[in-house]
Amino acid sequence: MAKTAIEAAGLNKWFGEGEAKTHAVRDVTFEAYFGEILYVVGPSGSGKTTMLSIISGILRPNSGSVKIEDTEIWRLSNDALAEFRLHKIGFVFQDYHLFPRLTTAENVAIPLILQKRDWSEALKEAEIDLEVVGLKDRAQLPPVKLSGGEQQRVAIARAIVSRPDILILDEPTASLDGDTGRNIVKFVREHILTDQRCIVIVTHDSRIYEFADRIVKMEDGKLRGIERENLNGQ
Amino acid sequence: MGRMRGILHIAYKLLINDRAKYAALLVGITFAVFLMIEMTSLFAGILARSSATVINIGASIWVMDPAIQTVANSIPLPSYVLDEVRSMPGVKYAVPLYSGSALLKLRDGTYQAANVIGLDDTSLFGRPTLVDGRLEDIYGENAFIAIKDSEFYKLENPEIGAEFELNDHRGVIVGIARVASSGLFGVPTLYTTYNRALQYIPNTRFTISYLLVEPKSAADVASIKRQVAAAGYLALTKDEFIQKIADFYKYQTGIGTNMLIMTVISFIIGLSISGQTFYTFVIENLEKFGALKAIGAKGRALIFMILFQASFVALTGYGIGVGLCTIIIGLAKLRLPDYAAIVTFGNLALAFFMVVVIAAISSYVGIRKVLKIEPFDIFRG
Repeated sequence: MAKTAIEAAGLNKWFGEGEAKTHAVRDVTFEAYFGEILYVVGPSGSGKTTMLSIISGILRPNSGSVKIEDTEIWRLSNDALAEFRLHKIGFVFQDYHLFPRLTTAENVAIPLILQKRDWSEALKEAEIDLEVVGLKDRAQLPPVKLSGGEQQRVAIARAIVSRPDILILDEPTASLDGDTGRNIVKFVREHILTDQRCIVIVTHDSRIYEFADRIVKMEDGKLRGIERENLNGQ
Repeated sequence: MGRMRGILHIAYKLLINDRAKYAALLVGITFAVFLMIEMTSLFAGILARSSATVINIGASIWVMDPAIQTVANSIPLPSYVLDEVRSMPGVKYAVPLYSGSALLKLRDGTYQAANVIGLDDTSLFGRPTLVDGRLEDIYGENAFIAIKDSEFYKLENPEIGAEFELNDHRGVIVGIARVASSGLFGVPTLYTTYNRALQYIPNTRFTISYLLVEPKSAADVASIKRQVAAAGYLALTKDEFIQKIADFYKYQTGIGTNMLIMTVISFIIGLSISGQTFYTFVIENLEKFGALKAIGAKGRALIFMILFQASFVALTGYGIGVGLCTIIIGLAKLRLPDYAAIVTFGNLALAFFMVVVIAAISSYVGIRKVLKIEPFDIFRG
């Protein structure tokens, strides 16, 4: 039995008050395990991103708890939570959010710099991860000189450079064409997923479902259950 | 701080690699600093020159009519005031000084206005430093000493023995001297004895422009001032007199107000350009700052980044502005010897303070924006 990486229980999140109140996440409970890729799917406005933000320690729920490994993350102070995210969670944002004025290597090194690592040491490690994503020869270029797929790979390199246990990818194929999107997720499956890492991907792109271990579906803020399980025979 | 070096390195690269905005920020700060220092330096130059006679004569205490506003507009004192001051306890000595203006007719027939300083015949107290000629020649017939300052050429660059006319009197240059400060009004200066000055220049009933007093000790200054005040006159130390003259130019001529307005306008221009550009710079990077927050950057790290960027731009712009101003003033003085501008530590400190305010306001706006951005907004797009 794989070890539990994320344990979410009774999550609720709403925005606004009175008639303007929107219940974005309703009583969501689920687990994610090390060594698996878990997809969270559902239509726009179903609460996927809100739920993703809650389990990654970015958005505080109105009720419920999130345990990552043995840490109840919403019991941490803001500073401790930021520190936790920095060391334990890697993010790949939908729009990548790479700094256009920094080189590719410097972008990748940012989490290490935030961990107060030495600048040149951080750049060296960044170049190692750029090699992992096949972009070592692009290390000194600014991200704007790269294609969309390459920028996505840079974002992945940035997310894994601090060796996080949890990797969160938000709509990783949304800004890419079909083949590139598939290749990116395939790459994540083959090179980034390890037995010590849990990857959660929010998507509504059915073309990449084949790379998931499990898929959970959200509708109207509720988890409607597991759509598909053990696609890869785990 | 050492542990923040990496994040500051990122801030530095974000700033300087955005060349267009970095250049705009530098131009804004440099322009503001240049204008602020230029304005205040001109004013400092004017103030210094307005007190040139007080600085050059160098007396410890000046006794004058209480209505005096500047050294150039003296109100003559009766001669008995000299006797009265000399008899005051604490006074080591007191001498008269004549300060007036005259119209000279030069050898080529042209007329030239000049300041004439008449020194006490006995002591020659307040005499300038001679660079040519002999001091005792001032007691010779028609003798004058010309001051070699930025206005010297207006006397046709006279040498020893050069002659001129002053109210149909013959005048002869017997010495060339230097003084610490040139005058404000762009006219050359001649020194002679007190009595010759009275003889050559038409006068009112009373003839002493100022009394120059030396106290026996510094402790006697207050007592002398009280006694002079009791006699109906005003005694000021050298520094007090310089301050009084400066106050007149600052508050009663409009020069000070105009300079202040120009300085404030320079500040506002600098603040507008830099503040707006810095704001745009932060806004353009706002989502990236939000992403940094999501990754795990703490608020204070982001604050450090913005403060560093604002301070770096401010200090670089300040340095360039000061350098530019110094070069321009230096070049202006090469071409225009009369150019009155002095870069003082006060000017530099004022401009620095204003640049710090510009940086503080610019970064405050940026910091507010960055602290408000929620990482969740980055996920939501």
